[in-house]
Amino acid sequence: MKVLVPVKRVIDANIKVRVKSDQSGVELNNVKMAMNPFCEIAVEEAIRLKEAGAAEEIVLVTAGIRQSQETLRSGLAMGADRGILIETDEALEPLAVAKLLKAVVEREEPGLVLLGKQAIDGDNNQTGQMLAGLLNWSIGSFVSKLETGDGSISVVREVDGGLEKVRLKSPAIVTVDLRLNEPRYASLPNIMKAKKKPIDMFTPEDLGVGVAPRVTVLKVVEPPARDAGVKVSSAAELVEKLRQEAKVI
Amino acid sequence: MATYTAPLRDLRFVYEELFDAEEITALEAYRDATPDLVSAIYEEGAKLCQNELFPLNRSGDEEGCHFENGNVRTPEGFRSAYAAYVDGGWGGLNCAPEFGGQGMPHSVNIALEEMLCSANLSFSTYPGLTRGVYRALRVFGSEAIKQLYLPRLVSGKWSGTMCLTEPHCGTDLGLLRTRAEPTKQDNYRITGTKIFITAGEHDLTENIVHLVLARLPDSPKGIKGISLFLVPKFMPNEQGEPGVRNSVTCASIEHKMGIKASATCVMNLQEATGWLVGQPHRGMQAMFTMMNDARLGVGMQGLGIAEIAYQAAGAYAKERLQGRSITGTKQPDKPADPLIVHPDIRRILLTMRSFTEGARALTCWVARNLDFRDKAETEEARQAADDFVQVMTPIVKAFLTDYGFEVTNMGLQVHGGHGYIRETGVEQYVRDARITQIYEGANGIQALDLVGRKMPAHTGRYLRSFFHPVQRWIEEQSTNTELQPFVLSISKAFGRLQLATGHIAQAGLRNPDEGGAAASEYLRLFGLVALGYLWARMAQISIEKQGGDDNAFYAAKIVTARFFMERVLPQTGSLFAAIMSGSSTMMEFPDETF
Ligand SMILES: Cc1cc2nc3c(=O)[nH]c(=O)nc-3n(C[C@H](O)[C@H](O)[C@H](O)COP(=O)(O)OP(=O)(O)OC[C@H]3O[C@@H](n4cnc5c(N)ncnc54)[C@H](O)[C@@H]3O)c2cc1C
Repeated sequence: MKVLVPVKRVIDANIKVRVKSDQSGVELNNVKMAMNPFCEIAVEEAIRLKEAGAAEEIVLVTAGIRQSQETLRSGLAMGADRGILIETDEALEPLAVAKLLKAVVEREEPGLVLLGKQAIDGDNNQTGQMLAGLLNWSIGSFVSKLETGDGSISVVREVDGGLEKVRLKSPAIVTVDLRLNEPRYASLPNIMKAKKKPIDMFTPEDLGVGVAPRVTVLKVVEPPARDAGVKVSSAAELVEKLRQEAKVI
Repeated sequence: MATYTAPLRDLRFVYEELFDAEEITALEAYRDATPDLVSAIYEEGAKLCQNELFPLNRSGDEEGCHFENGNVRTPEGFRSAYAAYVDGGWGGLNCAPEFGGQGMPHSVNIALEEMLCSANLSFSTYPGLTRGVYRALRVFGSEAIKQLYLPRLVSGKWSGTMCLTEPHCGTDLGLLRTRAEPTKQDNYRITGTKIFITAGEHDLTENIVHLVLARLPDSPKGIKGISLFLVPKFMPNEQGEPGVRNSVTCASIEHKMGIKASATCVMNLQEATGWLVGQPHRGMQAMFTMMNDARLGVGMQGLGIAEIAYQAAGAYAKERLQGRSITGTKQPDKPADPLIVHPDIRRILLTMRSFTEGARALTCWVARNLDFRDKAETEEARQAADDFVQVMTPIVKAFLTDYGFEVTNMGLQVHGGHGYIRETGVEQYVRDARITQIYEGANGIQALDLVGRKMPAHTGRYLRSFFHPVQRWIEEQSTNTELQPFVLSISKAFGRLQLATGHIAQAGLRNPDEGGAAASEYLRLFGLVALGYLWARMAQISIEKQGGDDNAFYAAKIVTARFFMERVLPQTGSLFAAIMSGSSTMMEFPDETF
């Protein structure tokens, strides 16, 4: 089975995000970027499938600016086999990404597409679902356990109020949740090998996909700073304040 | 909570911007060391150091090593962290591919070393000594020894030690007593006691490879009668797996001021089996190969520990509210302003930072010359690089560890009483840093090496490998108006270094005590001039690049460079005066009056 893992380059999870002074977006200049943590989990899972003999080849794909190659390289260093970069300077929305991925799926014909459930920048949680819709494939989202079977894939989904077990007909889409696994560190020899692994380059035009944004961002602002709290001297005072000031009871 | 963030931007700056990375990748052996790959290596190495090693730093200090029935147990978590280090293949970063290494340049490896030392100095001593053993065996080991031992040392499955010190013999290795008797099987029986042996015994690896200095029966007296032996803890069997236990055992471990998670062992050898490395009676030569690299490694420890102390102090100064700014309140909504508003705190922080960034540049400069020494195409280029490494080794060792220690102490000062108590973790940096000034040749001995050996060598040829490029740069920049403040400062300090050099060379000929009396101050003067020169060049690059994308980075560099020139480099004046005053006060003072 071939596994396709779409990955995204985002601001490093440890960096404090700052809004640009013109409120047009967040500051990306000279900010440390890294692979989206959920995508890392997807890459890790693909590698485990390969190590267990359930997958033959792992192909990474990303869409974005040229520097997104670094993100592909870090996934290749973890153990994926090759990469595909769809290069564009356009700000990509989930639907555009899903359409690009559909085109890649049609070329590569994977048995499984493993994605992060969401990217930590936009927090949209849409791409996997849209891709399943466009391809008319089965999907298991928010997955915390995955087993491949003959012609099917069994997953455990983390849904509100519990866990749900489903069996998906292959080929399928799976979006992964936090508890699926803990991604490995890339080893030094693998970092060196990753440099020599192939990365194919496309543009959205090559794939015949239009990626122009459909949503206009009016402005991006910091969340309002929280006011300092007050100390109350008694429970009675608290109840009074909740009733009179907060008007919640 | 304390955190460590590897200074990746600055590491990249020294590798690709201050120095020309293409000169490294132009070397056939280092073709792959392109900035993109190097940057990927730095990032992954940083993850290991930040996430696995740094969290064990304080717990390792609190717990220390355990001595149990001749075995040493490292603190909780060290085994799995070491396993992560080995699994990641980090031990082989700059080792030869023929022995399983990755063949990356030294100038890349030092970044990993710095990060290891910042994250966990105790931990870094285990792989640190292994690297030294690798290098000594690589140069002096027989083919059989190399094939058997090097791959296992490179992978980190086995670790190494260097066993020089004995109870009565530290600096003066000529006093060494451990004996080696030849056997009929082409090996030796070695007997003696070694003390203070770092990583002499521990539970991180399946085997430990000791390099032991000892005397053969027919040996000349003193330093010229010492040979080097390889003594494995377990003798490798036919498959190269650890076999029969050798009679080299740990008698106890030391209780000490710092690096408590690094086992410092008393080692007893009772007719332990060993193999000669190199020529009989030429052990010091082999050991010096190992020690020279190890000395640079200890210099890296000085830098690494200073960096983490700086990070802690910077963070604390922005957080701790105390006092009001003397030019008017800065944070009226808070009960007080943060420490960072106070000029004296800023002075301390910039003193710390101008050291760490300058030292990082210096270590990269030296490491590049290790690369050229090993891999340059012409004999001439290799020689020139070696000259530079020779003269800079004692400076990197002593200057970076003396100053590094001072920086940890400054970091503690920023924390006030909260630095003195254990909880903030910064007093550990002071304690950990202290040993770096002592082992691998105490810093006073480094100064004597500089003045007594390196300065006169080949009628000053080693010195010229530093003096000429600095001289040339000053001349080239003499008409660069924007850079004048920097050029003037460095030429003044450089002039002092030249004069002091001439003075010591002459006075030392008349009376060797003159050289000995001036040595430590001379080494510090030299170190300051080296940093000053690099700061001037960093300022030059940053002036060219400021205003662009990464303006904040370059703007900070320029101000830090100015701070160094204006507030630190002038120390060369007092050092110069001290050097020129000669040895009479200290030498005329009667011994019994001390
Ligand atoms: C934690 C720790 C780990 C160590 N690890 C190792 C190890 O792995 N392997 C190993 O072999 N050793 C190790 N050592 C030993 C260390 O290298 C020695 O302590 C060091 O070389 C100094 O020797 P000494 O302690 O005997 O001091 P001494 O030689 O007695 O020196 C005392 C002082 O006198 C000065 N001095 C000595 N001779 C001269 C001179 N001729 N001129 C001017 N000044 C002089 C020295 O600079 C020093 O300041 C370790 C020590 C410690 C504490």
